[in-house]
Amino acid sequence: MKGLLIKNGFVYDPLNNIDGEKMDIAVYNGKIVEKSENAKMIDASGMVVMPGGVDMHSHIAGAKVNLGRLLRPEDHYKDVEPKTTQTRSGVGYSIPSTFTTGYRYARMGWTTVMDPAMPPLKAKHTHEELNDTPMIDKGSYPLLGSNWFVLEHLRAKEYEECAAYVAWMMNATKGYAIKIVNPGGLEAWGFGRNVRDIDDPVPNFDITPREIIQGLCKVNKLLNMPHTIHVHTNNLGKPGNYLTTLETMKCVENLATDEKPVIHLTHCQFSSFAGENWRTFKSASEEISKYVNSHRHVTIDMGQIIFTNTTTMTADGPFQFILYQMTGNKWVNNDVEAETTSGIVPFHYKRKSYVHAIQWTIGLELALQIKDPWKVFLTTDHPNAGPFTAYPKVISWLMSQKARIAIMEKISKRARRRALLPAIDREYTLYEIAVATRAGQAKALGLKNKGHLGVGADADITIYDLDPEKMNLSKHPKRIRRAFKSAAYTIKGGEVVVKNGEIVKSVSGKTYWVNVKASPSLLELEPELQKVFEEYYTVKYENYLVPEHHLAAAAPVPIQAKV
Amino acid sequence: MAITLRLKRELKVPIGGECLSPNIFAGKSLEEIAQLQLWEGNRKRRINDVFEVEGNCGKTTDEVSIHLIGNLSKVHRIGVGMTDGEVRVQGDVGMHLGEEMKGGKIIVEGNADSWVGSAMKGGTIEVKKDAGDYIGGAYRGSTKGMQGGTIIIHGNAGTEVGCYMRKGLIKIYGDVDQFVGIRMRKGNIIVHGNAKERAGAFMIGGKIILCSSVASVLPTFTIDSIKSKAKAEEEKIEGPFYLFIGDLTENGNGKLYVSKNKNEHLKNCEEIL
Repeated sequence: MKGLLIKNGFVYDPLNNIDGEKMDIAVYNGKIVEKSENAKMIDASGMVVMPGGVDMHSHIAGAKVNLGRLLRPEDHYKDVEPKTTQTRSGVGYSIPSTFTTGYRYARMGWTTVMDPAMPPLKAKHTHEELNDTPMIDKGSYPLLGSNWFVLEHLRAKEYEECAAYVAWMMNATKGYAIKIVNPGGLEAWGFGRNVRDIDDPVPNFDITPREIIQGLCKVNKLLNMPHTIHVHTNNLGKPGNYLTTLETMKCVENLATDEKPVIHLTHCQFSSFAGENWRTFKSASEEISKYVNSHRHVTIDMGQIIFTNTTTMTADGPFQFILYQMTGNKWVNNDVEAETTSGIVPFHYKRKSYVHAIQWTIGLELALQIKDPWKVFLTTDHPNAGPFTAYPKVISWLMSQKARIAIMEKISKRARRRALLPAIDREYTLYEIAVATRAGQAKALGLKNKGHLGVGADADITIYDLDPEKMNLSKHPKRIRRAFKSAAYTIKGGEVVVKNGEIVKSVSGKTYWVNVKASPSLLELEPELQKVFEEYYTVKYENYLVPEHHLAAAAPVPIQAKV
Repeated sequence: MAITLRLKRELKVPIGGECLSPNIFAGKSLEEIAQLQLWEGNRKRRINDVFEVEGNCGKTTDEVSIHLIGNLSKVHRIGVGMTDGEVRVQGDVGMHLGEEMKGGKIIVEGNADSWVGSAMKGGTIEVKKDAGDYIGGAYRGSTKGMQGGTIIIHGNAGTEVGCYMRKGLIKIYGDVDQFVGIRMRKGNIIVHGNAKERAGAFMIGGKIILCSSVASVLPTFTIDSIKSKAKAEEEKIEGPFYLFIGDLTENGNGKLYVSKNKNEHLKNCEEIL
């Protein structure tokens, strides 16, 4: 593999405190190095150089994503991509086919994407789809917040046993982090019920969501996982749910011993609703940001709404059922044995709808009111709040008040009057954008070689055709959008894969999973689990496990557990 | 000003006829039109590989009149998305005629296949003989059927006429198959011939007028009254008609008019009135 030298770009590398300095980046053998001789040169003068984008929450693969594709032929038929010499054909829009997903991420300059919800039972399917998603490194988080075994161990306060089970689960499903969706609620949904609050006991299990979150947070620390627990709160998508969200953040407050975060609240926009019902609905971004600003143990991501016709898909079955009742759209709801649920409903976010417009403001308010960009990351919870292809739009809204005002003028009048957003004049700098879309997310995920351009990092680099010296970017949102929509260069593993927004080389990425090394006695779970599988599961224990060779390019992250 | 396209040979595989539209022809010279691209199966072709082209077409869309001659039953998507002008076909046409068209006029002297005017928003489509299924319907999976305009079929039509229809008028002089007006939201369907079962299944709103015999009316419709005539847009049809309201499985408020004189078997409904 030859070397590369990226010359004279404005480098934004927040993890190494480089803020727009003009410098050269050398690449050799897929890594960033001090110096690379006889290297191919890329002239990046007048351009922005950033690490490759990292997306920690984007539903790109798995059983429900695929079901969403099947459910919505009308979503695809106007967005078709013919094959080229480098790429395969595919379809796009809100749930693109696997190959198109990879290509579209790469064109925007993203190189690492995590699929955040994998029912453990569907792990094989998820990994098969991830294998077919080119251009990006990826990983997946198994859903554990309503898993019967987790609930039973946590009820008995057997944290070490629970940790052993979670460690086994990470190995069995080749997962990367602990995902908790509506803790306890999904288990209740199997019986047609839900939990109303963080202290509402789960039927049949006599455990509260609070205990589940705290328990799994302890387990996460015991196992020394690279990422924190990844939480989708109870009561998501209901007016007045910000109180639950605050409680969720507070309940793990005392588990934070050092400065590191211990909880990640995902698509926080959906969890920051105030008001008693949809009529009195309003934003609670102020309360949430105030809490996040004053505490170190939380990170969140935006889940920014895009006004478009998209597909909502979550593991939160009860929420999806409510959404179906509200919209009357077609829907899918599913119960995954002893583990989780899922649901899919197509949804159209409309500018003129008061609620949707307020939701749009909440996402941006959160991002703009939380002062530390290392705590709030850019996502659209693809495809729930909008497809990932809208990231350039979101970046332009964050960077330019002018762009926000332009949208504000088109939204529901009542929402415009009530929203907090017009009063906020903060504008993200390119440095902060690099944190929110790259460095921050890589740091939160514990990916040591991603999200920065220091020596030894993976050579995942993006070059955008933007000149921050020549123009005031906040006055030119369209320019920002254009630049981020099609990267001038995307470099993946030291190879140029995208040039001027076109794929020039198709590469396949790695799949990260955490390989937990714990004391052997804790890992001797097998006989017990085999018994349980006979009793509870429709699949055999042996068929449940995902062997490492099932992953096209496995990248185990070895971790040493504290137990 | 008319431009004539005469089919050169019999077609064996389908042709994607998106380019056969006044919007694309407008302002082009004869040579340019002859060079337009279309797909025949998986082969790229030019229009003059398939058609003999003569005449001339106008500069603006509304001046264009395209005459297609020959058996075009393998040519799909004629007049897709057209906004103005005219397409006349002497012969049969394939699927998706005038899909999503917004204006203008399409007249077919022969038969048409399925999906005539699916998701159309305006304009007129007239088929002088029979048409297939799903007339004025929605694309698979979508809930947006016909949203305006008029479709007139002089012959018979297939199943699911006006599926997910939201606005506009469909007039059928022949018979229709099952499920006429399924999942209809709004708009009008008039059927002068006979109708088979399950008319108006899952309809929420709109009006279906069945002027001849009907195989049966769904049990989820309730009889409302007997009307002496029925009205659809500007058209008045002399009755008398039974007026049914439904579909109650969807809490619907659609109106189903069924001719009284030609449906003796529905007489027992009058007892409820």
